[in-house]
Amino acid sequence: MLALLGVGLLVTACGTQSGGGESPRGGFTPPDLPALQKLGTPEGALNVLAWPGYAENGATDPSVDWVTPFEQDTGCAVNVRTFGTSDESVTLMRTGDYDVVSASGDASLRLVAAGDVEPVNTKLVPNYADVFEFLKDRPWNSVDGRQYGIPHGWGANLLSYRTDLVRPAPTSWSAVFEPDSPYQGKITAYDSPIYLADGALYLMKHKPELGIRNPYALDDKQFQATVDLLKQQRGMVSEYWSDYLKESQALKNGDAVVGTAWQVTVNLTRSEGSPVDSVLPSEGATGWSDTWMVATESQHKTCAYKWLDYIVSPAANAAVAEYFGESPANRKACDLTTDKAHCDTFHAGDASYAAKIWYWTTPVAQCLDGRTNVRCKDYGEWTRAWTEIKG
Amino acid sequence: MRRGVAAFLNRKPGLRLSILLSAPMAWLGLAYLGALAALFVTAFWHADPFTGTVVTDWSLDNFETLVTDSVYRTITFRTIGIAVAVTLVDVVIAFPMAFHMARFASPRARRVLVIAVLTPLWASYLVKAYAWRTMLSGNGILHWLLAPVGLSSPGYGLTATVITLSYLWLPYMILPVYAGLERLPDSLVDASGDLGARPWRTFRSVILPLTFPAIVAGSIFTFSLSLGDYITVRIVGGASQMLGNVVFDNVGAANNLPFAATVATVPVVIMLGYLAAVRRTGALENL
Repeated sequence: MLALLGVGLLVTACGTQSGGGESPRGGFTPPDLPALQKLGTPEGALNVLAWPGYAENGATDPSVDWVTPFEQDTGCAVNVRTFGTSDESVTLMRTGDYDVVSASGDASLRLVAAGDVEPVNTKLVPNYADVFEFLKDRPWNSVDGRQYGIPHGWGANLLSYRTDLVRPAPTSWSAVFEPDSPYQGKITAYDSPIYLADGALYLMKHKPELGIRNPYALDDKQFQATVDLLKQQRGMVSEYWSDYLKESQALKNGDAVVGTAWQVTVNLTRSEGSPVDSVLPSEGATGWSDTWMVATESQHKTCAYKWLDYIVSPAANAAVAEYFGESPANRKACDLTTDKAHCDTFHAGDASYAAKIWYWTTPVAQCLDGRTNVRCKDYGEWTRAWTEIKG
Repeated sequence: MRRGVAAFLNRKPGLRLSILLSAPMAWLGLAYLGALAALFVTAFWHADPFTGTVVTDWSLDNFETLVTDSVYRTITFRTIGIAVAVTLVDVVIAFPMAFHMARFASPRARRVLVIAVLTPLWASYLVKAYAWRTMLSGNGILHWLLAPVGLSSPGYGLTATVITLSYLWLPYMILPVYAGLERLPDSLVDASGDLGARPWRTFRSVILPLTFPAIVAGSIFTFSLSLGDYITVRIVGGASQMLGNVVFDNVGAANNLPFAATVATVPVVIMLGYLAAVRRTGALENL
């Protein structure tokens, strides 16, 4: 599957040689930007744009802090801004106010195509050597063999539920998609067009006649079926979330009892005494594989590279992976987690498990599953459909 | 020298006025009207669907989507519905309150009441909205209060949005109505009574027509503030969305600034229509 995805994107990446320029049909040629050749002296400041839980400085929980040691080591004062969706990260990155970003696969290529981020010289990031090989040179972090970032970690969007209110424990996404779900009115869903892929993944397994092979490559008929499924789900949804704290609160108060969540939300809610658990459903799941990237216009590139190296260093990578609830990218991080079983739980080095997750990818008109006889729905259409689904 | 300048300005009243007004006019012209113009111009451009960068080709596509896509009509009508409901709820709550403050309360009590009405404005909007989120929650205080009488909290949704917005904008309704009622001469009310009108008749034929412009003035605040709101509905609105959310999502999520600009013209048009209608009632002098 992953190979297919890779082929699809490769086709995408090479697709413009005839058309040239940035055609809205999906293919693109990234602007030719140079990577940094050598580090200077740290500039004293760094603006970090990160998923919540990736750059904790003690503000959420005083005992969770890996930003301060970095500041003390390098003298780069770190200013962290978090975002709730990939789209938000792209918009914020475009302001030019940030030096580094933790981009998921549905944001990274858009940033590369627009020239917002530049290639990364991995020689200047010593810890890159210890990153799992199966995470390097993937379609979402490199284009034509040029690396645009440092892999950070990956994980799945899990089905989370209140163990006291949802019985028996769900094993399938049908708990949130089927019209006769006993939990209607108490379902929560992710507030982003990319959530359509969760619906498509469900249909891929339950409606094989639609022939969906990749939840990010949907032709008209497949797309319509997915939109219908989510419209039907809309009636049962109590809230859409993009702020994980809001979701955590809803789960805690019982306003939502089942829905898609990140492991960090589950951990946080549980730490506040609410009986919440998560499961990787039988259909599999969508997920993320994140990459730290450097802004082209950054004025703090030395600090940025220091951050890239620091955040995938064994200790920091282990801390993030454990706090957020994902697989670390650095193989040495597995020895440093507090819970020694962490890497096993999250299948850290398991390339075959990683291949089962459908990583967030930007849907483009050129079908990512390799089909050439149909046009797939691009992200603009996903976005419009999402507004329509929410009604 | 200084006296010379003063004398010169004294001789040229026009120049004096233009210097005096240049700063506020520049603010109004550039920052306000300029921004509106930029918004309107952007509405005719479109965004590259992949990278989200703005492409400056002129077309009416955005407006076509806005008009032909039924979802935007639904959202527009829902937003207007919420704004109207909030305004009505606020009128119903604010009028008796303002009436009491203006006509019955002692001067001392009046001062206390005005402060009491203003106090909620000192607290942050977000704090108040999140307070309502907690109160309206499935195991919040409303549920606790209503459960004994067999009712339940409305939960998150449109009702919750109307309740929260009504609460947030109430002071903006009370104050103009209070000012309007205070200006109402006692002699007119007395004359109505002397001519044999019962209290209800006096209220209907004297007080209400004379304070109507004040109510309309208050409604401009509650209506326009509700029309543009997108935060409250995100916090307590459950899965529903308003025009402001469509704008926000197109800026923040979809990276489609031009379409956001197109949607943002809708409330502007609605408000222009509303203000045109309001002008006829003479309420603009009560602002």
